[in-house]
Amino acid sequence: MKKLAELYEDEIQVILAKYPDEQKRSAVMPLLYLAQRASGRISQEAMQEIAEILDIAITDVASIVGFYSLFHEEPGGRYRIQVCTDLPCALRGADAFLRQLCDLLGVEVGETTADGLFTIEEVKCLAACHRAPVFQVQNGDGLEYHENQTIDTARLVIDELRLRAQKPPGGAA
Amino acid sequence: MITITVGTATCGVSAGADKVLETLSSLVQEKGQGKVVLAETGCMGMCYKEVLVEVSNGDGKFLYGDVTPDIAKRIFEEHVLGGRPIEELVILHNYQEGPEEGYLKRQRRIALRNCGFVDPMSIDDYLARDGYKAIEKVLKTMSQDELIEEILSSGLRGRGGAGFPTGMKWRFARQQPGSEKYVICNADEGDPGAFMDRSILEGDPHSVLEGMMIAGYAIGARNGVIYCRAEYPKAIVRLRQAISDATAAGWLDHTFPGTDFSFHIKIKEGAGAFVCGEETALIASIEGRRGTPRPRPPYPAVRGLWGKPTIINNVETFANVPWIVLNGHEAFASVGTPKSKGTKVFAVTGKINRGGLVEVPMGISINEIIYDICGGIKDNKKFKAVQMGGPSGGCIPASMGDTKIDYEEITQTGAIMGSGGMVVMDESTCMVEMARFFLEFTQNESCGKCTSCRIGTLRMLEILERIVEGKGEAGDIDVLLELGNQIKSTAQCGLGQTAANPVLTTLKYFREEYEAHIHNKKCPAHSCALLVNYVIDPEKCTGCTVCAKNCPVNAISGERKKTHFIDQAVCIKCGKCITVCNFDAIYKD
Repeated sequence: MKKLAELYEDEIQVILAKYPDEQKRSAVMPLLYLAQRASGRISQEAMQEIAEILDIAITDVASIVGFYSLFHEEPGGRYRIQVCTDLPCALRGADAFLRQLCDLLGVEVGETTADGLFTIEEVKCLAACHRAPVFQVQNGDGLEYHENQTIDTARLVIDELRLRAQKPPGGAA
Repeated sequence: MITITVGTATCGVSAGADKVLETLSSLVQEKGQGKVVLAETGCMGMCYKEVLVEVSNGDGKFLYGDVTPDIAKRIFEEHVLGGRPIEELVILHNYQEGPEEGYLKRQRRIALRNCGFVDPMSIDDYLARDGYKAIEKVLKTMSQDELIEEILSSGLRGRGGAGFPTGMKWRFARQQPGSEKYVICNADEGDPGAFMDRSILEGDPHSVLEGMMIAGYAIGARNGVIYCRAEYPKAIVRLRQAISDATAAGWLDHTFPGTDFSFHIKIKEGAGAFVCGEETALIASIEGRRGTPRPRPPYPAVRGLWGKPTIINNVETFANVPWIVLNGHEAFASVGTPKSKGTKVFAVTGKINRGGLVEVPMGISINEIIYDICGGIKDNKKFKAVQMGGPSGGCIPASMGDTKIDYEEITQTGAIMGSGGMVVMDESTCMVEMARFFLEFTQNESCGKCTSCRIGTLRMLEILERIVEGKGEAGDIDVLLELGNQIKSTAQCGLGQTAANPVLTTLKYFREEYEAHIHNKKCPAHSCALLVNYVIDPEKCTGCTVCAKNCPVNAISGERKKTHFIDQAVCIKCGKCITVCNFDAIYKD
């Protein structure tokens, strides 16, 4: 796999420029996001590289990765479908929705579909409590929200993601 | 000129605002050039009616709710071009009359003064509504101490939950020696049931920036950091834009003439850790360490970011600051109760007719919010309780609905004001299950540093899980109380200290529900799946056989046209029969 420094030379410089040398460590989270953008997860190699860039131990980097729920070490699907199942959402039927979604994709929470496209995850509050069921789709580029969902509207979203996955990035054939 | 405004905060977009905007934009291009302006705005609070579209012309302002691309087309043809408002679809006229008038009538908008009125991506819109006038006034006419005195006299208290007087926090930081100090905006909102901060950041980012600048001047800081949840991508985009516009316009990164004050703001994205909303954990996270809390004192005002004096205020707190500076502390203090001044924004969710954001004067009662503003309980069910303050807060039963919105009065009930989540529950909500939900949340989010929080909440959760499954044992309640009180007194940070509150308050007000689960293996709300028996009412059953045909485990038997019967030993409590019965003949016992 290519090194981050080759893939994102400019971005890395922009991130590091935000912090004075003695506060360099602060850049660890932005760099981890960068690493995740490349492959949807953060590998040991990427952690090692980030540790070297920031002059800290790889265990320090790993401890950050392990601490935050939006950093993933395990490879997952191209799209992580994250359903909120907190109380306000449950009051609006999020549990039943999650069940139906699992049935639709044929996987359980935490699993990835055979085609490698979707992983279903449960997450904590997405601040759309009054418009639940709600899920966000996380991929390398960021997050998108889908509120007031039923299994039928979710099916449309999933179909659209499938289509999107067929198109290579940048529109090239 | 006619203006069409579309609400494009996250609540609007996820309801389809993008498509409505697209439709309107091509119509304006095609038929409205030169006479129609299309604009975007943030959350108006009426999230339950999104997508919202406002048409403003010589006849006033007409707000439409539940707009789809088709309705948008009609609005454009009939109202914008034809001049005839579509009466049956207008929900509010000039913010005063219409089917939704009750929603705004009792509200008082200070923190949300611009949300839904300005285009958040336009600094000109903000400037047109007295934007950056407060920082100008401060720099031209007030000393640091006068400013702090002004905030102190206004009575503003931290809107993030704890309610510490904002001016006092500023004074501590101001008194610290040294020239390197920091202002942090805590935008790591994460309580289940709270989305006030997201709406302010998405709807009026400049007011937060201005509030931070004013705080910076007060304590002598030149740098600010906004710590924002990564789960709020739209808020981050709008903040970035606002910072870049404010910089270009000479408000940020610019030394003001006649002063040595300039202010720089950075955004730091979190990565999904609830505990980072705790101020010392937040600082650790910014510094690139694990976001775990440390004991206080020293408080951040003395030793904060990079060891320097730092104040940390919540988004809503900052949004109030420019208003106070411009309108004076008396105006702010004239709203509210003796000890709780101004307004508070609440996110009202759960079993409520109008779910969304409301900003109310302190001193209003819970009942007034639920009934007068939010239109009462959904489906005409009975109001049972409201959970205030999310997982750190507690429940207030319907019988105490007269409780006033006031820091001290709410604390007395065992709940807390919190950041503003109000989860409304009706008679069908099981209070044990509710407590289990919140405990599962805190258990999950416990950073693991303190044993009592890490292990104590897990043990409590296990007990609650047993109780809702009908495996509760005599003595469980005593253990819950003991564990809850121990965690409260031994955990290091606010998350741990308050983790047991949902359990302790439900035990205080709904102890009989716990007892029914434990001793009678019954859920009085008929909500806990394993404790519910589905029973067929012989009076109503027509023997149509639909239930029997739909039962996945063949637990229902009976001859055609004769009363059917559910075998409880076989029933898996899936509830399918109740949804397919056409005669209301099946009930939960």
